[in-house]
Amino acid sequence: MIIARGIRKIYDDRRGKRFEALRETELEIARGEVLCLLGPSGCGKSTLLNILAGFENPTSGTVTVDGITVRGPDPRRILLFQEYGLFPWLSALGNVAYGLKIKGLPRQECREKAMDMLRMVGLDAFADNHPHELSGGMQQRVAIARALAVDPELIFMDEPFGALDSLTRLRMQDELEKIRLMRNQTMVFVSHDIAEAVYLSDRIAIMSPSPGQITMVIQVPLTRPRSRTSQSFTDIQDLIYSELKLSNRLYSEYTI
Amino acid sequence: MRNKNWDSRLVAISSVEKWVYPGIVFMVFIISWQAVAMSGIYTPYQFPSPLEVWRSTLELYEQGTVLKHIRVSMYRLLAGFLLALATGVPLGILLGWKTRLFSAFDPLIQIIRPISPIAWFPLAILWFKIGDPPAIFIIFMAAVFPILLSTIAAVRSVHSFYVKVAVNFGAGPGQMILNVVLPAAFPQIMVGVRIALGSAWIHMVAGEMLGVQSGLGFLVVDARNFLRTDWVISAMILIGILGLLLDAVMAWIQRRISGSFGNPAIKINN
Repeated sequence: MIIARGIRKIYDDRRGKRFEALRETELEIARGEVLCLLGPSGCGKSTLLNILAGFENPTSGTVTVDGITVRGPDPRRILLFQEYGLFPWLSALGNVAYGLKIKGLPRQECREKAMDMLRMVGLDAFADNHPHELSGGMQQRVAIARALAVDPELIFMDEPFGALDSLTRLRMQDELEKIRLMRNQTMVFVSHDIAEAVYLSDRIAIMSPSPGQITMVIQVPLTRPRSRTSQSFTDIQDLIYSELKLSNRLYSEYTI
Repeated sequence: MRNKNWDSRLVAISSVEKWVYPGIVFMVFIISWQAVAMSGIYTPYQFPSPLEVWRSTLELYEQGTVLKHIRVSMYRLLAGFLLALATGVPLGILLGWKTRLFSAFDPLIQIIRPISPIAWFPLAILWFKIGDPPAIFIIFMAAVFPILLSTIAAVRSVHSFYVKVAVNFGAGPGQMILNVVLPAAFPQIMVGVRIALGSAWIHMVAGEMLGVQSGLGFLVVDARNFLRTDWVISAMILIGILGLLLDAVMAWIQRRISGSFGNPAIKINN
């Protein structure tokens, strides 16, 4: 349902030099699908995500959702960040209710629906706490609840768990997997964590830098919930690893 | 010294020390003052001793006019300060939010800002005649720039992540200002508002020394005209203490509001 055709992005840097952030990119994402943009830093994955979400215009090419061209951000497509996403002056409940309030829902309805969402991510007991009183993982769950509250067609996530410690990260991946199963939510997320990509995605678009481009799209045919230690899981991880090594022969910075 | 003595700023002060250290400093200050007064360098008229000031302070308060002066000053301060708030905050939000407007108005603001509010006095008299209005105008001029500039800076430094989130959820311009920009900028605006109140207080006294027949500034001038240096000092001490109290009230409000905004990014000292 979301189709990106011939997306290119060229920046002019401060010295007026042109920088090709994204070369001709084609991508299709089906309803209910979870897609991961995987690659090292500088491969244009965040740029592509921002273009898909409507926050940046491509230099050329178009993004369409159900046939309608994306011209800007829209509440039907919510972008989640690694951090800073929550409003520090609002409680967890206030944050989750924010999108509903903007939609113009009556106050009582906002509260109830926001509370339901907090319950879904297991944070109903923290409804009145402000973000700085919550751990990083809890904050990200509130951000997810806020996005889900407005029933978006699509959720974009820019390295959603990048700021979390590795154990919290695993727990958050389980949490997201649970939500996906419950709501069949279409999601596109950016990651540089191979295991995270394999665990969560239906398909993985592997990207490489200079210029940024998708070099390969891998189907993940494993049944859910997935076991991180199964042979088939590690096989796919190995496949991606070798693909990344191949496509980034000049890019020695990347390590697992 | 307790632990953490590798950084003298981290030394913990006990509740007793909190009173003992200032007590010592005040005592040394008053003894030095007494010593200079007794040294004979100055006549008692030029340099009254602390004891004389204490006696004349009591005398001054017995006259019963001090309270009236305080009330008049407070009224002018509040009027000028609230006017400055009502202009500075909305204008600051507008200029902070609209970069083109900011670049258009910033040079003009930067030229007017360094002019001492007192320099406006001749014009204030011409425009607002005598009585309270010129004094209120000077207080306004003293308060409006700290408020305006801190609001502009606060709005301009609101993290664009917040704006991005609000736009994503479909917030319109009005909702953006009210529900995102204002609360995000509020703690930093309050810092400027507190500085503005201090500036207003200082210039209020100066303003009242020029054109009016009442208020704390007038109290100082009036005492001088009566050749009562002791009363001048009494009035100065009163101005200092009231200014301290005002700032304490402001600090309390600031803490309360910042707390309810739940923003740990700006920590307020004192």
